[in-house]
Amino acid sequence: MDLGEINPVLLVASLMVAATPLLLAAIGELVVEKAGVLNLGVEGMMIVGAISGFAISVETGSPWLGFVAAAIGGAVLSLLFVLLTQVALANQVASGLALTLFGLGFSALMGQSYVGVKPPSMGDIHIPVISDIPVIGPILFQHDPILYVGIALTAAVWATLKYTRVGLILRAVGENHDAAHALGYKVIKIRIMAILFGGACAGLGGAYISLIRVPQWTEGMTAGVGWIALALVVFASWKPWRALLGAYLFGGITVLQLNLQAAGVAIPVEYLAMSPYIITILVLVILSADKSSAPASLGRTFHASH
Amino acid sequence: MKFTTLLASAAMALGLATGAMAEDKTKVGFVYVGPVGDGGWTYEHNKGRLAVEDHFGDKVETVFVESVPEGPDAERVMTQMALEGADLIFTTSFGYMDPTINVAKKFPNVKFEHATGYKTADNVSVYSARFYEGRAVQGHIAGNMTKSNIIGYIGSYPIPEVIRGINSAYIHAKKVNPDVEFKIVWAYTWFDPAKEADAATVLIEQGADVILQHTDSTAPQAAAQEAGNVVTFGQASDMSEYAPFPRVSSIIDDWAPYYIARTQAVMDGTWESANTWDGIREGMVAIGEISDAVPADVKEEALALKAAMAAGEYHPFTGPLKRQDGSDWLAEGEVADDGTLAGMNFYVEGLEGEIPQ
Repeated sequence: MDLGEINPVLLVASLMVAATPLLLAAIGELVVEKAGVLNLGVEGMMIVGAISGFAISVETGSPWLGFVAAAIGGAVLSLLFVLLTQVALANQVASGLALTLFGLGFSALMGQSYVGVKPPSMGDIHIPVISDIPVIGPILFQHDPILYVGIALTAAVWATLKYTRVGLILRAVGENHDAAHALGYKVIKIRIMAILFGGACAGLGGAYISLIRVPQWTEGMTAGVGWIALALVVFASWKPWRALLGAYLFGGITVLQLNLQAAGVAIPVEYLAMSPYIITILVLVILSADKSSAPASLGRTFHASH
Repeated sequence: MKFTTLLASAAMALGLATGAMAEDKTKVGFVYVGPVGDGGWTYEHNKGRLAVEDHFGDKVETVFVESVPEGPDAERVMTQMALEGADLIFTTSFGYMDPTINVAKKFPNVKFEHATGYKTADNVSVYSARFYEGRAVQGHIAGNMTKSNIIGYIGSYPIPEVIRGINSAYIHAKKVNPDVEFKIVWAYTWFDPAKEADAATVLIEQGADVILQHTDSTAPQAAAQEAGNVVTFGQASDMSEYAPFPRVSSIIDDWAPYYIARTQAVMDGTWESANTWDGIREGMVAIGEISDAVPADVKEEALALKAAMAAGEYHPFTGPLKRQDGSDWLAEGEVADDGTLAGMNFYVEGLEGEIPQ
């Protein structure tokens, strides 16, 4: 065993990378659920985002365009969910599951000709001076831009939900759609916007895996991150900063346990392998002792005639 | 009343008719642990399936289900396949062992073939390839190529097949480079590109400049390419899209001849439960082209090693070998028997760390 072989700076830097796809997807789903919609299709939207982003960035040579395409791809797929649940008033759970199944299959079809292709690299931002500060520099200031987008998005969602009128309306729709409707807010329209936002975020998260974290295209490459994001939203009690904390905890412990294994630490590997799940759940459950509960209208179908 | 009887008899006639039609075709099912586009393990099994279709044309019908988790869900998928009239079902991952046995009990007339396992029954065969022969070649190249003397190894699950591979690679790396050290990380997954890439990155950060993988996707190759001067090997499939560097060689599983032979046996009614374990000699294990990134003399030695195994002159587990705890395993010149290899649950001397139990 040699803990000295673990470089804490590299560890923290790579945990942020590991956490970002999860964070992006979770923040998107958080907004969707705050609006009272349960979209279980996160995994499907992520994988479609992963291939859309990958294909476009390979074709154009621009990772930025790739990420834009990923957001659009995720949002377009979520339109299907919109059609099913907001227009046809279908069951949200079933529609979400269908979205995931469809996304996985559809992305495999889209990705046929992209297996084994190397995407253009986005490169890391190197801000002179501050990124050269020892320790803090490599941890905080030498990442790819999308990682910062993830953090900025968390802050923006938090501020919007908490301090703005838009956020208040969104929460009202999620808490009691009949009351919101009675007040004259367009419940369906607001929910559609939220679902599209969630789709775009999930798409970004998927593309982060295919363009930065791995970087390659493989069928089914999101391998369940979308489901973890869904669980994370619940355990984070629908609070953006807790979602960030949870994502970093999960990503962090995932990377840390691999590091501990490689360094030969004498903890049974089974415990290490399950630790990300257990620790993340434990911490977030303890944090949610303040009894913050789910949006009251979560998962309920709204029809204006009611 | 009359109408319903009529309907019922019509349905029965229809059922009989389709049943009779199905008789002509042999239906072969495949259960995959990953997606067919994983570029590794499942990709090769699917190539075997396509070879069966090619070979028999109209006489067979193949079906497959991909990304089936190892566990109860696998039983459901196999049952469904058997109910839909499959005559022969290949279950292509170690974790399908008990599900295969359970389902096989319920369908005595359906033949089952389980890859890499060890439980057989009257209608369950097992088949596997001697991947450890390929690992010996990899170990030889890896030991020569490493400059940091640290070789990273991404394990999937601590099962005999994976442990054999680690031991074989280590023995042959150590032979050419006594200072070599193996760092082993267990990913606890067969297929999760993000996690596999993370594992590769961690190993590289901790000094490894050669990465061996026993997981199914090409993600570790991508991570190594990103890192620059790290050597990798294709696993299960050639992964030639990463050649000539980082991928310098590969182990290729060739299931097609076996799948064709077994399908033929079912057609002829000669199928019997068997335990097949073929290697380089039989062609079930192939070594992908060794790229020019490997020095010519090392390449030559590696090919000689491969030739010796193909000719049956050399066995990767030849004594003197000791177990990790220092106890004797194989005496000078003694060769490991298949029984010990099939259930291998110990590291050889020199490897660090414990095998998760």
